[in-house]
Amino acid sequence: MPDEYNFAYLDEQTKRMIRRAILKGVAVPGYQVPFASREMPMPYGWGTGGVQVTAACLVPADVLKVIDQGADDTTNAVSIRKFFQRTAGVAVTEATGEASVIQTRHRIPEQALREDQILVYQVPIPEPLRFLEPRETETRKMHALEEYGLMHVKLYEDIARHGQIATSYAYPVKVEGRYVMDPSPIPKFDNPKLSDCAALQLFGAGREQRIYALPPYTKVVSLDFEDHPFTPSKADHDCDLCGASDSYLDEVITDDQGGRMFVCSDTDFCRCRREAGHVGRLGGEA
Amino acid sequence: MTLQSATGPEFSQKIRAPDQPLLRVSGLTKRYGARIGCADVCFDLFPGEVLGIVGESGSGKSTLLSCLAGHLAPDAGEVIFATAEGPRDTLQMTEPDRRRLSRTDWAFVHQNPRDGLRMGVSAGGNVGERLMAVGARHYGAIRDKATDWLGRVEIAADRIDDRPSAFSGGMQQRLQIARNLVTAPRLVFMDEPTGGLDVSVQARLLDLLRGLVRDLGLSVIIVTHDLAVVRLLADRLMVMKGGRVVEQGLTDQVLDDPQHAYTQLLVSSVLQV
Repeated sequence: MPDEYNFAYLDEQTKRMIRRAILKGVAVPGYQVPFASREMPMPYGWGTGGVQVTAACLVPADVLKVIDQGADDTTNAVSIRKFFQRTAGVAVTEATGEASVIQTRHRIPEQALREDQILVYQVPIPEPLRFLEPRETETRKMHALEEYGLMHVKLYEDIARHGQIATSYAYPVKVEGRYVMDPSPIPKFDNPKLSDCAALQLFGAGREQRIYALPPYTKVVSLDFEDHPFTPSKADHDCDLCGASDSYLDEVITDDQGGRMFVCSDTDFCRCRREAGHVGRLGGEA
Repeated sequence: MTLQSATGPEFSQKIRAPDQPLLRVSGLTKRYGARIGCADVCFDLFPGEVLGIVGESGSGKSTLLSCLAGHLAPDAGEVIFATAEGPRDTLQMTEPDRRRLSRTDWAFVHQNPRDGLRMGVSAGGNVGERLMAVGARHYGAIRDKATDWLGRVEIAADRIDDRPSAFSGGMQQRLQIARNLVTAPRLVFMDEPTGGLDVSVQARLLDLLRGLVRDLGLSVIIVTHDLAVVRLLADRLMVMKGGRVVEQGLTDQVLDDPQHAYTQLLVSSVLQV
């Protein structure tokens, strides 16, 4: 670890401020705690909130995993992983089971998490009511007074226009029967994994300066209508590489003749299955 | 009955109504610094009664309406509303209680439908919002009720998924009324509901409002500067000038035999065609 930087980039006062916000978030699950977000050496939208939360949580013994859309090898994941290798000198891994801190963008790992793990989400817009009610003063009041009828107006509009709830990511949830929360842009396939999760889940929004949290084993319910219940959806295929039928899939265009394949979005999950001998439709050739 | 210029509590006692008043306002005052928004306004409103408030621009009628509806905090006075749990001063209520009241028992129709509607949400969603706000969670039931209410305000059922921005001004205003009445409020505040509409559309809207008020037994406080509107809708009339009530009484009485100089001026200013 280079001497010129403090451990994990942020100074200790900043980390203390962020930890206070995290503790408050854990104490009030789903409540958006304001915090003094710092400038980070990356643009907003690249995970400045998640990085600050991770930096405040890391200890030298931690093993870090970074996921971007399920993958460990995309730009965002690689650069954040490198950032913490340089500034904190912590061990890194791609294996979900070996990691103690996992920073993620847009996915929850397929493998069930454990009590000794922390999952950190990067959140672009923490306010679930934002696109329905532009005034921050008003949305805060709505959270305080539990006026969440407007959230159902959005779902109503979905059904009226598309015949079903067409919101497929950032699907609003209610935490412990109290706060409505934006689970960050994870696919709604992942929503059930939020609930009753053994790991601590932390959400950081850098530009919007908000931190919120789900303590382990928190009850999280996806909003829906009685006659249009919530359904976690995924592409109706098996993974073409590992044959998994129960994981979230990415569609990959392979040529300009209409060729396509579906592969697990969670690259670590897919790799483990292939190493264990599972083979999908194109598993031999791809 | 003798007409009184400034009202006192004895006024309400002279008109005997079968029920207790729905709304009892006394000494309501709102100041903007040294200037007066409205001062010392007192009146009672009984169930099923329509009260018109007229006056020139700047006479404090909109300020008064905002104070009554809880949008503005008055400096003095009482607004006692007969809630389901008995009469309560809405100004002393906690904010959650007052907001709950304003989406169940109360409704507010803005002059400009854009202030009262969600322009990015379909007509059905606009009508359904209050239902969902009070806990309706069955899509089919919400939609049926929205369709029913669009019919009642003469909007074709096939427009239910159109956004209000695709509606004409008159339709937007009717949609706003449907959206407000869907939870069967007992008291409706209206701020110049016919402002900005042409006369034929105004006439249809007034006809519709009159029908709804009669059918549902609504109590309405309607603010307007159009004397024709109050002539058609209001049972009782309050004339305001400079933030004070200068005259009040039965609508026909006030309009046909105005006592206060300002009311006489107001009545004589209307063009006869």
